Amino acid sequence: MRYLPLTNADREAMLADIGVGHIDELFADIPEKARLKDLLDLPKAMGELEVERLLSRMAGNNVSAGSVPFFVGAGAYRHHVPATVDHLIQRSEFLTSYTPYQPEITQGTLQYLFEFQTQVAWLTGMEVANASMYDGSTGTAEAVLMAHRVTRRNKAVLSGSLHPHYRDVVKTVSDMAGDEVVCLAADPAGKEDILAAIDDTVSCVVVQTPGVFGNLTDLTPIAEKAHAHGALLIAVFTEVVSLGLVEPPGKMGADIVVGEGQGIGNGLNFGGPYVGLFATKQKYLRQMPGRLCGETVDTEGKRGFVLTLSTREQHIRRDKATSNICTNSGLCCLAFTIHMTLLGDHGLTRLAETCHANAVQLADALDGVSGVEVLSDTFFNEFAISVPGNAADVIEKLAEKGVLGGVPFSRLDPSAELDDVILVASTEINTEDDRVAYTVALSEVLS
Amino acid sequence: MTMNTQGRPSAPAETGTAVPQTFTGNKALMIEEALIFEIGDVKNCGVDIPEPPQVKDRLGKLKRKAPAGLPGLSEPETMRHYVKLSQKNYAIDMGLYPLGSCTMKHNPRLNEKMARLPGFGDIHPLQPVSSVQGALELIDMLAEWLMEMTGMAAVAMSPKAGAHGELCGMMAIKAALEARGEGDTRNVVLVPESAHGTNPATAALLGYSVKAIPARKDGTVDPADVKALLDDTVAGIMLTNPNTCGLFERDIIAIADAVHAAGAYFYCDGANFNAIVGKARPGDLGVDAMHINLHKTFSTPHGGGGPGAGPVVLSEALAPFAPLPYVTKTDDGFAVVEHEAEDPKSFGRLTAFHGQMGMFVRALAYMLSHGSDGLKKASEDAVLNANYVRARLADLMSLPFGNKPCMHEVLFDDSFLKDTGVTTLDFAKAMIDEGYHPMTMYFPLVVHGAMLIEPTESESKASLDLFIATMRDLVMDAKAGKTERFAGAPYYAPRRRLDETRAARSPRLSWTPPEPITDAAE
Repeated sequence: MRYLPLTNADREAMLADIGVGHIDELFADIPEKARLKDLLDLPKAMGELEVERLLSRMAGNNVSAGSVPFFVGAGAYRHHVPATVDHLIQRSEFLTSYTPYQPEITQGTLQYLFEFQTQVAWLTGMEVANASMYDGSTGTAEAVLMAHRVTRRNKAVLSGSLHPHYRDVVKTVSDMAGDEVVCLAADPAGKEDILAAIDDTVSCVVVQTPGVFGNLTDLTPIAEKAHAHGALLIAVFTEVVSLGLVEPPGKMGADIVVGEGQGIGNGLNFGGPYVGLFATKQKYLRQMPGRLCGETVDTEGKRGFVLTLSTREQHIRRDKATSNICTNSGLCCLAFTIHMTLLGDHGLTRLAETCHANAVQLADALDGVSGVEVLSDTFFNEFAISVPGNAADVIEKLAEKGVLGGVPFSRLDPSAELDDVILVASTEINTEDDRVAYTVALSEVLS
Repeated sequence: MTMNTQGRPSAPAETGTAVPQTFTGNKALMIEEALIFEIGDVKNCGVDIPEPPQVKDRLGKLKRKAPAGLPGLSEPETMRHYVKLSQKNYAIDMGLYPLGSCTMKHNPRLNEKMARLPGFGDIHPLQPVSSVQGALELIDMLAEWLMEMTGMAAVAMSPKAGAHGELCGMMAIKAALEARGEGDTRNVVLVPESAHGTNPATAALLGYSVKAIPARKDGTVDPADVKALLDDTVAGIMLTNPNTCGLFERDIIAIADAVHAAGAYFYCDGANFNAIVGKARPGDLGVDAMHINLHKTFSTPHGGGGPGAGPVVLSEALAPFAPLPYVTKTDDGFAVVEHEAEDPKSFGRLTAFHGQMGMFVRALAYMLSHGSDGLKKASEDAVLNANYVRARLADLMSLPFGNKPCMHEVLFDDSFLKDTGVTTLDFAKAMIDEGYHPMTMYFPLVVHGAMLIEPTESESKASLDLFIATMRDLVMDAKAGKTERFAGAPYYAPRRRLDETRAARSPRLSWTPPEPITDAAE
């Protein structure tokens, strides 16, 4: 077995040193009746070539995004990731290192986490950011729990702009924790009256902008009303690239900003691993979940970084911890940070402008297809359209024509009865040819 | 004197070695590196993006008013910056990384290559199901392997990490209790004192109060102690097996029987499953739910702290409550059940999409490579290596539960350092100078000054022999009163000991520009 360095002679010698005659003597504490006598009912070891052959066959049964005109978004976005990013994150010292518990020999990880936290705080317009969450959806659930701790209330109001999966994750955690959730209806026109839902019993209001239907929301009046009632505003985003062109939630009064960072540095990967971004105000720092990296000095006075404020965390506080989280999205943070460093302000703005321009052109093109209506007044790189008939059928027929045309809203939330709505995303990867292919295919499907 | 979070000194005495200083502060290959905020510029950029098409924007009044101020670097500068950072990290690919309970084993690069196949790495979670049949087949195959290895009825694939898996398993237990009408009355979870901190934190998150089970003198849980705590208010027990002392809970079946007889469920923390794969199955031990850290047992890379992946295997009793979404086989191929209406018993959705697909590919590649024979051999070698370290250090270091076989990791306490003036922390820092990542220290909490060593099956005998010789040399110096090797350590790392107290007392969590220097400040 190519991964096991011990030889049989080594094993014999080591057993002798230990003073046992057979390896099974080391497993003697396993109750006799539960000891496996035979091998597991699984195939035997394979060489690298055989594994590669088997997995490549499975991979070949999927339509990869890069092989077709591709317009799928709804929480995960296909962007071009520079080759430098994937090379660097595969360096042994990053890839095969553990959580930086021994800071003197993990300054590489710690320094990039410090850079990551700074980038996220600046990007969201907030004062402090943590070293990442699992993804945007679980981060949102953690933000709600954090708001409950801060306000000592337990009722969250979720805007209909929130991605239905995010809403469902918040609901699962809240139901299980015994907290209350009020969900406003999904509304592609974005006309909900969320201000009316805010009162003195509310812990937090959760608003996504750009929303799941693409609409941008001015958070300022929501923040003002929330604060007047002692509630927090949690702002969510699912497309981090939007922050290159859209006013950040931190500048509109948000108390917690949380979202999906996959769009910078990370591929689609069928939904994971991704990287949750989480930022808040300095005054709420000690209620924040997740790891934090902080600056300090060593005994020679040199600047260095350590994991800090761990008295919030489970390994110190156990059942009194702010969260049960242990793992973060380390390597995905690194990918984010490297890509963001390559972009800088200039590149990020240009990337965001390109995504937006492509989406505007696509919206105009699709609006010209008979029977199609663009529903989103404002948007960044994703918008909602309505089609005659069933959107899921339309998407399926588009796929048969080799176009992955978006996400039927019913796939995210069948109970919303928006069966004619499709969410369509466009990024810098899309070309004029892609747009033509989409409009032609859609015209054919609808005719 | 500064103290770290364990309340131990973290500021050693000055050493006064006469080594010439360099102009740059660099030491040959050890090169200092500033932050990107100090070397980059908002006008610099390492990507070339063509001028965007001119369109009338649809941003309403919400166009960003001022840029974020993020510095950019050209591609070569970026490459050097992160390469230099990487060189300040220890890694499994450099040497033994014996962090107990963390399972730092070799990460095969085949797995990386497979995860990057466009058919896995470049597919979207919401593409039509017809266009991702191969991905669903992979998830289904991985699930089948996990069920066979554990002897369990079902597996929830979506949890993002071990602690997320714990949450999933405890939610399934809570849902099952609610279905029985006992959701409100059973509000206590039993957790041994030796448990990972995530266990009590998870139980508390779900509103349970946590009762601690003491460890018996031999480091395991006594079924009598469990029985004494069991009544009709107990929802379940969270037990790690093999436990964090590196021991197999030999009374696990009696504990499971007692838990079930009291109407409660048995959650097993599977962080240490790597010791028993192919040797015993949790399903045969009475377990109702157990998470599997794919990043430990099945070698998906730890990546400096993540991402992880924590699928949860479930017993027949808990399987109906598994979270959405999940993959099913139909006559037309694979399908995804993703809505409450399709499965009202499910406790709901845990995360936006299908889970850590990138980790699934890597874990399955690892499993296929090992096969049934290799998986068993890997467990045996992991246990053999840990026992070899134990046997060769038992005369010099102290084993809190006696010199008897352990599983995949061996736990020492600090009584062998009594009266030496050297602490577990000092000892760990001295290991750094010897070129080793230290073992897990001060965990588990049930022994004083814990040192938990997990060598894993990836180490050769020669590697272990050098490690053992190094440890023996360190112990003998400590006992001989040669403490300078410990008190000032590490001497040779990119940084000397870091002041954790200062970091926590006045947190600096992001970069701020330095104050401008003015004459008035002179």
